Amino acid sequence: MSFPRLRYGLALLPLTLLGGCGMVVMDPSGDIASQQADLIIVSTLLMLIVIVPVIFLTFYFAWRYRKNNKTAAYHPEWDHSTKLELVIWGVPLLIIIALGLITWISTHKLDPYRPLDRIDADRPLAADHEPLNVQVVSLDWKWLFIYPEQGVASINELVTPVDVPVRFHITSSSTMNSFYIPALAGQIYSMPGMQTTLNAVINEPGEYQGFSANYSGAGFSDMRFKYLGVSDDKFDAWVQKAKKQGGTLNRSEYLQLAQPSTATPVTYYSTVAPDLYHAILNRCVVEGKMCMDQMMMMGKGDGEMAGGAIKHGDKQKGGHSSALNMNSDDMGRKQTNGQDDE
Amino acid sequence: MQDKTDLTSLIFGRLSLESIPYHEPILVVTFAIAALAGLGLLGFITYKQFWGTLWHDWITSIDHKKIGIMYIILAFVMLLRGFSDALMMRAQQAMAFAGSEGFLPPEHYDQLFTVHGVIMIFFVAMPMIVGIMNFVVPLQLGTRDVAFPFLNNFSFWMTAAGAGLTMVSLFVGEFGKTGWLAFPPLSGIQGSPGVGVDYYIWSLQIAGVGTLLSGINFMVTIIKNRAPGMTLMKMPIFTWTALCTNILIVAAFPILTVVLAMLSMDRMLDTHFFTNDMGGNMMMYVNLIWIWGHPEVYILILPAFGVFSEVVATFSGKRLFGYTSMVYATIVITVLSYLVWLHHFFTMGAGASVNAFFGITTMIISIPTGAKLFNWLFTMYRGRIRFELPMMWTVSFMVTFTIGGMTGVLLAVPPADFVLHNSLFLVAHFHNVIIGGVLFGMFAAINYWFPKAFGYKLDDYWGKWSFWLWTIGFYAAFMPLYVLGLMGVTRRMNHFDDSSLQIWFVIAAIGALMILGGIVASIIQFVVSYRRRDELRDHTGDIWDGRTLEWSTSSPPPQYNFAFTPVVYDNDSWTDMKKHGYERPRDGFLPIHMPKNTAAGFVLAMLSAACGFGLVWHMWPLVGVSFVALIGGFIIHTFNYNRDYHIPAEDVTRIENERSQQLDRYA
Repeated sequence: MSFPRLRYGLALLPLTLLGGCGMVVMDPSGDIASQQADLIIVSTLLMLIVIVPVIFLTFYFAWRYRKNNKTAAYHPEWDHSTKLELVIWGVPLLIIIALGLITWISTHKLDPYRPLDRIDADRPLAADHEPLNVQVVSLDWKWLFIYPEQGVASINELVTPVDVPVRFHITSSSTMNSFYIPALAGQIYSMPGMQTTLNAVINEPGEYQGFSANYSGAGFSDMRFKYLGVSDDKFDAWVQKAKKQGGTLNRSEYLQLAQPSTATPVTYYSTVAPDLYHAILNRCVVEGKMCMDQMMMMGKGDGEMAGGAIKHGDKQKGGHSSALNMNSDDMGRKQTNGQDDE
Repeated sequence: MQDKTDLTSLIFGRLSLESIPYHEPILVVTFAIAALAGLGLLGFITYKQFWGTLWHDWITSIDHKKIGIMYIILAFVMLLRGFSDALMMRAQQAMAFAGSEGFLPPEHYDQLFTVHGVIMIFFVAMPMIVGIMNFVVPLQLGTRDVAFPFLNNFSFWMTAAGAGLTMVSLFVGEFGKTGWLAFPPLSGIQGSPGVGVDYYIWSLQIAGVGTLLSGINFMVTIIKNRAPGMTLMKMPIFTWTALCTNILIVAAFPILTVVLAMLSMDRMLDTHFFTNDMGGNMMMYVNLIWIWGHPEVYILILPAFGVFSEVVATFSGKRLFGYTSMVYATIVITVLSYLVWLHHFFTMGAGASVNAFFGITTMIISIPTGAKLFNWLFTMYRGRIRFELPMMWTVSFMVTFTIGGMTGVLLAVPPADFVLHNSLFLVAHFHNVIIGGVLFGMFAAINYWFPKAFGYKLDDYWGKWSFWLWTIGFYAAFMPLYVLGLMGVTRRMNHFDDSSLQIWFVIAAIGALMILGGIVASIIQFVVSYRRRDELRDHTGDIWDGRTLEWSTSSPPPQYNFAFTPVVYDNDSWTDMKKHGYERPRDGFLPIHMPKNTAAGFVLAMLSAACGFGLVWHMWPLVGVSFVALIGGFIIHTFNYNRDYHIPAEDVTRIENERSQQLDRYA
């Protein structure tokens, strides 16, 4: 029968294409992403230990025990074998234990909140290294990048120096988006009133695609940005370009930006209002609106942070795995919601 | 003048003539075709004087067999709609490259992928599995009907009402543009001020009531209404999976009801459960909807697993390998399905330990699932396999679902998910398991039990065409999507800049066309089978040499299923009975107590639909009146004591004698 072989071939077809075809996820340029690609390969290989025999046995048994094959044994009452059950449950269990261990370790190692400990496989990073901080705001339907240390900002163009660890602080203006540059690292959601963090490093200079990986409305398909990994000199030159060409990003300019628009061209800002990101994150860009972090502190009294669980100086332990960080600084403080104390 | 306008807006809410999309050519043409087809159907029914039968024998029927068939008809009709949406999406994505915007503006496209998902899950997959369970479970248990027959009828009509409300949104207003799970803040009143999300909410709330009641109905039926001697561990394996499915339904659907209620309160009453400001948190919605959503996909797959277990055993002529192990695997899957929901949003920033925990629990589910697959394999081993259509679908499932399961375990590794989440790789994965698992299972089920339901087999030739077109079409349509996901392409895009991607989308579109061929072939299969029904007739009721009790009845079974309640001694009760030379009783028949048909389920469901429509359009008088009528109707129905009757012993004797004569002739 030709059908088993045809379908077996079809099932294998995808694997033959893993080699090329511009599959950026399998051939990225950032250290985090390349560790993630390795993980995909290792997990797939582990699973193939079970998958390949299962698919083979399916075709083989279907073929061998077909009704017309009278030479094959027929045991209609045989329905139990403890030995076989042990293998059937045991082998997958062993594979899952292995995969589970890999999962636990790699999930912690590649946690987006975790500060990098290496630039790539050969070059470790000191624990007290200073990353390049970039603040990211997803708007409808474009991306705003603020460089707090350089004092510039840009729309739909992100530039970072090669081999320099970057820490992205990510929030959103109105809807849930997902900050994703496949060549660099995995994605993480951007959510209004909340901050997520992504630590990553680009190892090869180049121009890469960045976009939102979570549908957020009519302009979603155009919500793409250019990501450039460049040398230190080129990065400084880019900052200078923004300082020369750009306008001012103050609150009223931001509120204009926050209006829905699609296919927004690359724009630079030479000055950024110093508390703008804090205001965006805490949803108080509009003058007179109370900032969320203030609102949450209300009713706490006595200058004490009621409810406990505020951790100071956690910088070295690595950021907290909480999207609810209200502070835009890097202290990794976690606040409980004070409302229940009122 | 003022008063008239106020009265108009009071009665019609925000509904107006502008709500009808005259200016959208695609919709106008669709409406014209639908209207013509609808009128044609109504005319045909009138011409054949079928209205009486339709009302008395089908719409008001509380017979689980009829209700099961109606569920499946609903599922097929909605499949045509949901698949048209898929074809349009594939066409758009194959065309819209490097400047070309395709033929669908974002406004239309964004509704398409939302309604495609909603229809396929809620109004195709769910009705199919509920329909199959409806038809088969009471027969397999050796009982006459489900525990609550009226509720069964009501559940079906509520599901149909939900489907109807979604269909209405195509021609009156619009549907949501949020994706099938409608995450806030996009689905909140500011993100989606129109009626789309309201249609979504009320369609699902109405259908959800039907499903929840069905869940209770089947749990009680399976636990309480088994034939004497049928202990839980002697039940057919399909009934076990049906039990676990209905436990999942009862435990999960209330969560959906609550979370959609909270969303509707945010939209209508200015509450702040999920808003950006005033203390709301969208992450709560995501968690709640997926705490429902993950059990939901197990609700879909478990009955399919049950079908495959029955089919493999029957067509291998062998007992199911490892019955006990299969039961425990099903129970483990049921319990574990509540411990994995976060894997749908690893990227929402929960942190490494939480992510790793849920990743590991997800992987653990693959162990009992794999055990089931091996058990099917070892049922085939040393069997004598007949490659009738149900068995062909099963073999295709075993290969296809395995691949889909593998990509699922891959996605369960959080750092891998960080690069694949929401990509076309994810889309390929879930279609892989839903089509390869649920849909192939339902095709196997339909081909397997159709003779029982209608008295004749389905045509083999067209069935094979359908099978091959579906199988090869599925691979052609979705393998490219795995590649595209690895190329970094995300989902829900309506146009692309990178032309090097286009070839993959074109291949996927060709695959979709092949699947279209498969659907057309199965429609032809139904038509041709009907026309050849005398040649394909099932004379004995046991056309496949079946193993479970439903095969002991005639095809189709009499209204009362069993003249005498069977007594069960072993698994595969019918095989056991045949082995011990079972002789059916030829006389001594007694009157049989049966429930009466009723219009109440249909009427109450239509009132619910009217109420839902009113809520969507803010037509408060309509909401008030229909809601009061609904509650009133329920209360009145509880006073209806004229709910049952007895089939006289002579009628039973006559029916059973006809069966005896037929068996004598053909057995």
